[in-house]
Amino acid sequence: MIDLIFAQTLNGLASASSLFLVACGLSIIFGVTRIVNFAHGSFYMLGAYLAFTLVSRFGPADALGFWGGVLLAAVIVAALGALVEIVILRRIYQAPELFQLLATFGLVLMVQDIALGIWGPEDKLGPRAPGFKSFVVLMGSRFPSYELFLIVVGPIMLGLLWFLFQKTRWGTLVRAATQDREMVGALGVNQRLLFTSVFAFGAGLAALGGALQLPREAVNLHMDLSMISEAFVVVVVGGLGSVTGAYLAAVLIGIIHAFGILIFPKITLVLVFLVMAVVLVIKPYGLMGKRPVGSAHAHGPVEPLLLPASHNVKLIGLAALAVLLLAPFVVADHWLLTLTELSIFALFAASLHFMMGPGGMASFGHAAYFGLGAYGAALAVKWLGMPMVPALAFAPFLAGIAGVIFGWFCVRLSGVYLAMLTLAFAQIAWATAFQWVDVTGGDNGILGVWPAAWAAPKLVYYYLALAVCVVAILALRIIVFAPFGYALRAGRDSPLRSEAIGLPVMRIQWIAFIIAAVAAGIAGALFAFFKGSVFPTYMAIPRSVDGLLMVLLGGVQTVSGPIVGAFAFMGLQEQLMKATMYWRFVMGASIVLLVILFPRGLVGTALAFAERRREAEPAAPVTATPEPAR
Amino acid sequence: MSPVLEVRNLGKSFGGVRAVDDVSFSVEAGKLLALIGPNGAGKTTCFNMLNGQLPSDRGEVIFDGRKITGLKPREVWRLGVGRTFQITATFASMSVRENVQMALISHAGETWTLFGRAKDRHVAEADALLKQVGMLDQAERACGVLAYGDLKRVELAVAIANKPKLLLMDEPTAGMAPRERIALMALTAEIARERGIAVLFTEHDMDVVFAHSDAILVLDRGKLIAKGRAEEVRNDPAVRAVYLGSGATSGGH
Repeated sequence: MIDLIFAQTLNGLASASSLFLVACGLSIIFGVTRIVNFAHGSFYMLGAYLAFTLVSRFGPADALGFWGGVLLAAVIVAALGALVEIVILRRIYQAPELFQLLATFGLVLMVQDIALGIWGPEDKLGPRAPGFKSFVVLMGSRFPSYELFLIVVGPIMLGLLWFLFQKTRWGTLVRAATQDREMVGALGVNQRLLFTSVFAFGAGLAALGGALQLPREAVNLHMDLSMISEAFVVVVVGGLGSVTGAYLAAVLIGIIHAFGILIFPKITLVLVFLVMAVVLVIKPYGLMGKRPVGSAHAHGPVEPLLLPASHNVKLIGLAALAVLLLAPFVVADHWLLTLTELSIFALFAASLHFMMGPGGMASFGHAAYFGLGAYGAALAVKWLGMPMVPALAFAPFLAGIAGVIFGWFCVRLSGVYLAMLTLAFAQIAWATAFQWVDVTGGDNGILGVWPAAWAAPKLVYYYLALAVCVVAILALRIIVFAPFGYALRAGRDSPLRSEAIGLPVMRIQWIAFIIAAVAAGIAGALFAFFKGSVFPTYMAIPRSVDGLLMVLLGGVQTVSGPIVGAFAFMGLQEQLMKATMYWRFVMGASIVLLVILFPRGLVGTALAFAERRREAEPAAPVTATPEPAR
Repeated sequence: MSPVLEVRNLGKSFGGVRAVDDVSFSVEAGKLLALIGPNGAGKTTCFNMLNGQLPSDRGEVIFDGRKITGLKPREVWRLGVGRTFQITATFASMSVRENVQMALISHAGETWTLFGRAKDRHVAEADALLKQVGMLDQAERACGVLAYGDLKRVELAVAIANKPKLLLMDEPTAGMAPRERIALMALTAEIARERGIAVLFTEHDMDVVFAHSDAILVLDRGKLIAKGRAEEVRNDPAVRAVYLGSGATSGGH
């Protein structure tokens, strides 16, 4: 027993090292640039692929060839990181945090296809490291010596980083910028150089982490997203911006992984995220993190007024609805499926917008409620024998209950921490669906979730879905302009003032969270009957990101934005998938371009344009008032 | 007449520092009471304990005959205490009128209403308040683009929307031009007298303090060292020592 515990501990420590390198880079980048870099997993993956190519070229048997290849891979990726920072990120530091996230996710898509194009879809098996090919016998069990090497790498890197940050001028600047960027700028430090170098350094660390994995596991195209979600967990558990925290958290997560497989093989996937949720509830800013200085709205433009639809916008809306109603008589049959899906995703995006826009609570895991709605419908059909209509009515309750429980924890946090916690809860929901095979069918999903006979024809189901979605979206819209929606926005704009005029901010946010979950659940239930089956992928990270993309494309500050965003995103994706095998690359590039060109989203930009035209016409007397001194 | 606010032996320590030490005073309806003292004297700490933003270590706060120590800010507000902040806190994405409407909606207990436009509620009442603070002509503008002095006026309108018996103003004129300061405090004094609101405010500008307060409290290093009318306080040797310097204290204005 003891030797097993010992072996698993060593295993955990070995896997912690790469995780630490990746998370540490992510943490430093966030600390200085305030960018949540989704593409960090991609740098990790690129590091592994480049190391594979370079090591093969230089000769894997030769020590210099192997280690040279690994280090060179890290250096190349660091240079790539610098390029990305200069070409893309530098243009969007002023944009809201979430747009930066969107741009980095565009990068993820681009890198995925670049890797696919260069290295192909097959897994690449790397060579063993020269000098670390044998086993070491420790307490009676054989242990690969490379694992021991990795265990040592972690603390050594921690020491080197400590030295770098405490003893060098550059490190001191990084620490200073992490605490107060503006002050560092005011003291005459070249911020551009600092930001570029920090981003390159972080990217290089991630690539080193990936390259060091080469002898341990096969390089594949899914490394990026699986690593990024774990790295997020590590960074958040450790505390954003804290290197020591990242190491502690990486060790904690590594060990939990290693022992989880032994003790709770059924819930290993849940376990990591459960730990994260527990840590965040007890220490909201992570093990070694500090409460961030300043508010979440510290940068980015001032939120514009939220105005009810003008006459013209109402007309456009009605016209769009008329087009949707009449479309079945004009377009080909297969378009009905696309339109049904579009309606459902418009509701999904609108529900996410409800909590992100007026609520100011960005969710990285909104797919959980969509998926729970879908599973609610499927479980009601399969286990309760319900027909379609009661199942449709029952499903949102499952999503709503999850909203009640998850929301209660989430509203205690704010900003990036809240977003990370929503991601953790979504992963728990996903893992439950994935691993609780007896009830959910696991990876095989639940099949045979078909609509009632009367709703089975494509046309009827389209109108049913459209009707439900339009009603739900309008309901959300009405709530936004009702006193409750105002109170929600008040809590986002100024929690201090809200509490001082009697508004219970947390409770309001909690209710909004639940409303958003129920609305997403309705969309999910419709989707289940539409597809006739449900799978765990309905609540996986990519679906949550899809939702984020729709909302951000449309524009967070507008109420009609998410609907436009949903149509734009789904339309673009569908056309691209038809047009090219490398649709991800085109999609990612379009997202990056959109963010650079329209940092307020599509509808937001249109509104700003209309605003400028309106202000240009009459010279309003109030324009002479000076700008606020804040 | 019994006082609107009565503070008894209030105390708060941060680590070993007694930020507020055994402070007692009371405020009467329709009167303006100024709380002054050099930087770090404990004014803001004292203030934040009054409306529940900061828990106190010792002592009690009685408002309108009721003990409010330990209540949350929103509960204190419900009882009838308005508040403005040193750095204005308003809702940037709402218009000036909507800011006031939000306070009126909360006061009317309509926060949880899910339908019906918030914009159409309490319009007349909101406009009356805005007229009183001279912001009616800017009612449609977004709070996020207002000049700072105007923002202070909006905050005042929001703070008196629930018809409070007591108004707490933390440095109401900080960051304003000298002429605007006197105007704002004159407006506050007028509103307080008209509506019978008791006002407690902290202030650094002595012109404002001497022109617009009925009584003055002087705080130094957490202790109340003087209280009385402007003339009495002005001639108090302890106050003079703190402000003009006896070598023991630094800072102040």
